[in-house]
Amino acid sequence: MTIYSIIFYLLAILILVTTALAITRRDLVHAVVYLIFSFFGSAMLFYLFGAPFLAVLEVIIYAGAIMVLFLFIVIMLKVETGGERLFPLSQWLPAAVCGVVYLALGIGLVAADPNSHSPLKTARAEPAAFGQYIFQKHWLSIEIVSLLLLVALIGALLLARRSKKPSAQETTEGKL
Amino acid sequence: MIVPFNHVLVLAGLLFLMGIFCVVVRRSLIMILLGVEVMLNAAAIILVGASLLWQNLDGQAIVLFVFAIAAAEVSVGLALIVWAYRRTGSVDPENYNILQ
Repeated sequence: MTIYSIIFYLLAILILVTTALAITRRDLVHAVVYLIFSFFGSAMLFYLFGAPFLAVLEVIIYAGAIMVLFLFIVIMLKVETGGERLFPLSQWLPAAVCGVVYLALGIGLVAADPNSHSPLKTARAEPAAFGQYIFQKHWLSIEIVSLLLLVALIGALLLARRSKKPSAQETTEGKL
Repeated sequence: MIVPFNHVLVLAGLLFLMGIFCVVVRRSLIMILLGVEVMLNAAAIILVGASLLWQNLDGQAIVLFVFAIAAAEVSVGLALIVWAYRRTGSVDPENYNILQ
């Protein structure tokens, strides 16, 4: 039991607890804030696994950009969350049984695999070496992903633009 | 040494199950998108762990692309939610029955 394993288990418990709290909150703002804690835990896990650049990106992109975007939309839309109803118990039971069976099978499969018992050694990928690797081996994927981000930007702009035509709600609730 | 690799697998599997639970059970489009984010994060954790196990930088490279795809997905998804909210005045998927 080294210091690294203690840090790993603490981080794992932190991530699981904050994620479980996040997905069960009725208030969407609370859910988003708990998920920010979960992503901070994941960032520290990435740092422990020797990926400092990805840890920084996790904080900037996930905990920073994406969660702030969610918070912005939650506040902008004025969603009422009190009346959210869950499934009745008769629909819960088959889903819970299937989930537990798959969980038990997955854990058994992971425990039975002899390859997965090999311990992880500490290593570190320096950001400079990582950047050189990315742009030497995966430059075409980088270009494709940047194109995808441009397409997403244009698509989000087009979707969020207010349309000139009357919307469906106005036509059904208005004169018609 | 840190931990055996299967502990990382179990952690990422539990996170992924939580994401699936959030997508299936919650009745709000915003919570469904949050569940997808949790699932993508679990996949990123396992890719970084595998990259450390085999001492290969390819896993970390894929995580970079997962981040970019998550950012694109969440921007387009939230724009779609805003568009649907303007049409129906609700983010509950049960209310999207204009075609009926």
